[in-house]
Amino acid sequence: MTSLILRAVSGLLSVQDMGRPGHLARGLSRGGAMDRLALIEAAALLASPTPLPAIEMAGAGGHFQAEAPLWLALTGAPMRATLDGRPVPWHATLLLRPGEVLTIGPAEQGMLGYLTPAGGIAGPDWLGSRSAHLSIGIGAPLAAGAVLPCGPDPAPQRRPRLIRPLPRFGGGTLRMIDGPQTALFAPEERAAFLAATFRRAPRSNRQAIALDGPRPFQAEGARQLAKGLASDVIGPGDVQMTGDGVPTVLMAECQTIGGYPRIGTILPDDLPRLAQTPPGSVVRFQHLTLAQARAVHRSEETLLREARARTGPLIRDPSTMPDLLTYSLISGVVRGDEAD
Amino acid sequence: MTNNLRAPLSPEILPHGLDGLLVRFSLSPDPQAMAAARRLAADLSERPPAGAVEIAPALVSCLLRFDPARITPRLEADLLARARAALADAAPPKPRRRWTLPTAFGGAEGPELAPIARQLGLTPQQAVAQICDTDLAVLAIGFAPGQPYLGLLPEGWNLPRLPELVPEVPAGAVVVALRQIVIFGNPSPTGWRQVGRMAFRSFWPDRASPMPLAPGDAIRLAPAPADRIAALRAEPDGMGGAVCETLP
Repeated sequence: MTSLILRAVSGLLSVQDMGRPGHLARGLSRGGAMDRLALIEAAALLASPTPLPAIEMAGAGGHFQAEAPLWLALTGAPMRATLDGRPVPWHATLLLRPGEVLTIGPAEQGMLGYLTPAGGIAGPDWLGSRSAHLSIGIGAPLAAGAVLPCGPDPAPQRRPRLIRPLPRFGGGTLRMIDGPQTALFAPEERAAFLAATFRRAPRSNRQAIALDGPRPFQAEGARQLAKGLASDVIGPGDVQMTGDGVPTVLMAECQTIGGYPRIGTILPDDLPRLAQTPPGSVVRFQHLTLAQARAVHRSEETLLREARARTGPLIRDPSTMPDLLTYSLISGVVRGDEAD
Repeated sequence: MTNNLRAPLSPEILPHGLDGLLVRFSLSPDPQAMAAARRLAADLSERPPAGAVEIAPALVSCLLRFDPARITPRLEADLLARARAALADAAPPKPRRRWTLPTAFGGAEGPELAPIARQLGLTPQQAVAQICDTDLAVLAIGFAPGQPYLGLLPEGWNLPRLPELVPEVPAGAVVVALRQIVIFGNPSPTGWRQVGRMAFRSFWPDRASPMPLAPGDAIRLAPAPADRIAALRAEPDGMGGAVCETLP
């Protein structure tokens, strides 16, 4: 058992795991990591059977030290990382030794980087999860000086590994399906929405991400209800139109019931892409039928299996690779399930 | 006889993401749909369909989340049949437990009580009696963890929301609109009208039961003096003198 010490903090950092599902009836959303795939890729790198509690770093990281040798994985948005000043690869595991300083700077692409100790972040949980749920005061952003206990590493003799991440750090296409309120939007309004180009707006947090588009989008069917639209169950991925017709995508810490009309739902597979889209970058929507969505959807168990197959040994010591950041880190990747 | 009789309600089964089905009785907050949603939620909670992983009631609907690998092909047809039965059932939903929540009404604790009473042609005491004599139920929990929407108050209480938001009501504020009552867990802006305040906190993370109210619970508000509510606020468990009885 060791601890991770935060010497300095430069982004918005919080402990996140896969959240606490099962409390919708009591008004609590699942929460957890905004880019769940980053925790899955970390689990693949660390040969963990399940995703582990990690530090989510929005925008930039900070300065980290370990009390005892600590293996960790760096996944999600690639951030400028150095170990005692030497560049270290992202999408990889790393051994942090006592006395060394791991410095994680700003994101070079994407928004959210993740630091996962090989035994996960330990400590007390709440309703079965260690995730901070910032919007309701569960946990808090991490501050300089924090000492985070880490679980025991089941394989401290491990060798460094790399993963080829699923691309998702610069916007792109978000696949969506109809939801219970899609029919409140006229067919031409839906077609215009699907044809439009949006940019991620700067205003966003762990609850929702707003999108700037060419014009407002209105749910004519909701306006025509004499007694108004009843609030209904909402969830991550739902695209709701706020009062002024601005599309807002609900994310990990969204409320559980909402009254704004929702034009559809982004597939969970594509929420990591939206979470990682920087402000100003472009996203578009692609409509899938439910059958098409079911055919392309990957469960998180499948995603973990596929992520394992994208890992491979990091053969060269990165400290001897001065041109590391231009190096092709994905060559020589092997299937993850074969013996090392 | 007029031509604008309301069309009979007909439940819809709608996909909700890749792992959910929403049973919706109405798009609008219709009292008949609310009652049907409560009956269906109680029925689904007692006898969950194969593959159900979560049942989440809302005002006029109920969400069933499922494990796609464990459902039967009949799930949608079964849900529709149970929804129609819930709609056809005229009996009031049978709650399994009842909470009594001490509440201070009027004065600084409920600045809107007197104007609402005037609007309803009642004395403030009569308005309080109407609230406290109503068998309320938790219609849904939302907006914040544990925070209940209670209803329905008598017809006369179908009050519109305020045209302007009140910048902040305190934690424990009891606010009314649309025949419903909301109890705020935290200081909040609101367009609803504050008639009282309680010491009960619907969300208290460090309590063994952080979100004690459940959809379908029966609720009675019990009038209490403001100084008793103030004293209850100092209690460390945030329960505010609430009493919970199991119903036969």
